[in-house]
Amino acid sequence: MTTFYQLLFSGFALGCVYALVALGFTVIYRSSQVINFAQGSLLALGAYMVSWFAIDKSLPFGLAVLAAIGVCVLVGVVFQRLVLRWVAGQPVFVIVMITIGLSIVIDASVSAKFGANPRLLGDPWSSSAVHPGGVTLIWAKIWTIVTVFGVLLGFFLFDRYSRYGLAMRATAADEEAAMAVGVPTRRVFALAWGVAGAVATVGGFFLATFPNQLDPSISAVALLAFPAIILGGLDSPAGAVVGGVTIGLVEELTKGYQPAHASWLGTNFYVIAPYVVMILVLMVKPYGLFGRAPVERI
Amino acid sequence: MSSEVRVLGRTVSAAGLIAAGSVVAAAALTVALPFMLNAFWLSTLVFILIYAIAALGLNVLTGYTGQVSLGHAFFLAVGAYTAKVLGGDHQLMALIWIPAAGVVAGLCGLIVGPVALRLRGLYLAIVTIGIVFIGQHIFLNVDSLSGGPQGTAIPSVQIGAGAQCQPSCSVDFSQGTSLGGATIDHNALYYYLSLFILVLGMLFVRNLVRTRTGRALQAVREREVAASLMGINLVRTKLAAFVISSFLAGVGGALFGSYLSFVRPQSWDLILSISFVAMIIVGGIGTVWGPLLGAIFVAGTPTVLNHYADSVPFLQHGSSSGGLSINEFSSIFYGALIILFLVLEPRGVVGLAGRAIALAQRLARGPAIPPSTPLPSQQSA
Repeated sequence: MTTFYQLLFSGFALGCVYALVALGFTVIYRSSQVINFAQGSLLALGAYMVSWFAIDKSLPFGLAVLAAIGVCVLVGVVFQRLVLRWVAGQPVFVIVMITIGLSIVIDASVSAKFGANPRLLGDPWSSSAVHPGGVTLIWAKIWTIVTVFGVLLGFFLFDRYSRYGLAMRATAADEEAAMAVGVPTRRVFALAWGVAGAVATVGGFFLATFPNQLDPSISAVALLAFPAIILGGLDSPAGAVVGGVTIGLVEELTKGYQPAHASWLGTNFYVIAPYVVMILVLMVKPYGLFGRAPVERI
Repeated sequence: MSSEVRVLGRTVSAAGLIAAGSVVAAAALTVALPFMLNAFWLSTLVFILIYAIAALGLNVLTGYTGQVSLGHAFFLAVGAYTAKVLGGDHQLMALIWIPAAGVVAGLCGLIVGPVALRLRGLYLAIVTIGIVFIGQHIFLNVDSLSGGPQGTAIPSVQIGAGAQCQPSCSVDFSQGTSLGGATIDHNALYYYLSLFILVLGMLFVRNLVRTRTGRALQAVREREVAASLMGINLVRTKLAAFVISSFLAGVGGALFGSYLSFVRPQSWDLILSISFVAMIIVGGIGTVWGPLLGAIFVAGTPTVLNHYADSVPFLQHGSSSGGLSINEFSSIFYGALIILFLVLEPRGVVGLAGRAIALAQRLARGPAIPPSTPLPSQQSA
């Protein structure tokens, strides 16, 4: 039973990070119907920036995180204002391809600046943990859960009650109608990219905390958040959270039990377990658990 | 009139003559290329042609039918492993295993199809990412098929009567051959084979899109609901697109594996799939020439950049920690190029070529013809 609680805890912590990554995707998808393939690269950039500010520039950790968030928000907003505004109205695939181009540029720049070897993150927790009832609770993971809940709560309050949150929801519902009633849609798009950059930074550095490490492979983690966003439905932030936590739990529980109980599924089955779950769910609900089926004109 | 010439009893405009001449010249150049290039350029070209075959398939699915798939790498893998089983384990002829690779991949497309029928747009794209990961997992774990993580050998193409025959009547593509005194090495053999298959594929796609099935594919792309209301069978049409796409991917994968002679399961990854999407988008989505032009850009650019990076002064060899290495420089350049290119010309290389041709025609006609005056070529037609 201890193993089960242990897996539940680590799965939940991992799921919280996936929820953040998924939220980054959802915010951009809602505003422009584009999946941002550069989200993983933003995660890596954010984590490396935290490490750079905290260690190379010896800022206090909290300040380093804020500075890193600033950098990622800037990258997101500048990319939106400088590049994406010129391709508004082009087919979705073209815009998706452009985000892939951005991800190639960011990945290569990060590896040019920091190299391929693992780096210290500069976080205050390292591998310290508490052990209530035989279960090892790593401090970094406890902080992951607490922070992610804080960020998610902040986002939902912003989305629900602030002026710009309303503007974002209006633009998501109908861009032209929103523009017609005076919503500054261009600023909303830039804002969406800014939010995506900010949540990517937070997600990125929690991904790199113990027992993981900070290396360039972090950008591939975003691929594992795809099942999370699909599970929840692409256009639903609440779905992103539910999907993220589910996928995190599925992954950790599979990692813990599959080698002993279902070894015929092969080694490292936990890597693809989220995708298997995703395909099964989509067979039943093609727009995810919380997504809306679009109503179509003929 | 000076812009008209009589050829073989037909009146042809000078522009038409130039066009026909350049087509003939291009064809001659294409055939002669292996004798003009060194091994590096020729091998780059072979990869471009093989990629173009697979991209052609994806273009039928994504470009003409509007179904985005990021699972293309999986079907290439199926093709390559079919080649391994039939050509390597069972010693069959290449004339059998190349088409068979396509057929087996096509059948896999038929299995994946039903998943796709339920989904649309980016949901489909992400589920097909799942297919890549699940496929890689299977290939990594089924050693008898793929050799596990260590990889497996894919047989080289052999045409002729097989091992019993003397070397004079069979051609082993890994050895090269000589024809009338001229030596044709293994790069050149693969070049001609890939070129032949690509041309067949392009003719097939060009004709396909003009048929009933082809128009059905495009109707589904434009508006699924309207297409089905007009009596188009969505299930059959989408499955057809998946099968054609996977078939070409399988053939491309078999050639790819055979040309490399050795493949690992890790190489059939999402990045490979993404590069095929990049090819058709950069080349020109939903066009016959798009996949080839895109393959030249996507597969050619990084190779050429790496090749010439030696002469850029501030770059370092190898990827030591820190410092801009050649690979990183070419990646940054390549990514920026994709962004810039699509911002300036979202229709891709084909769109760019269209602009260039229109410009050339304007220049050829001369600048000062008022729009109301009929053009000389129209009068004679």
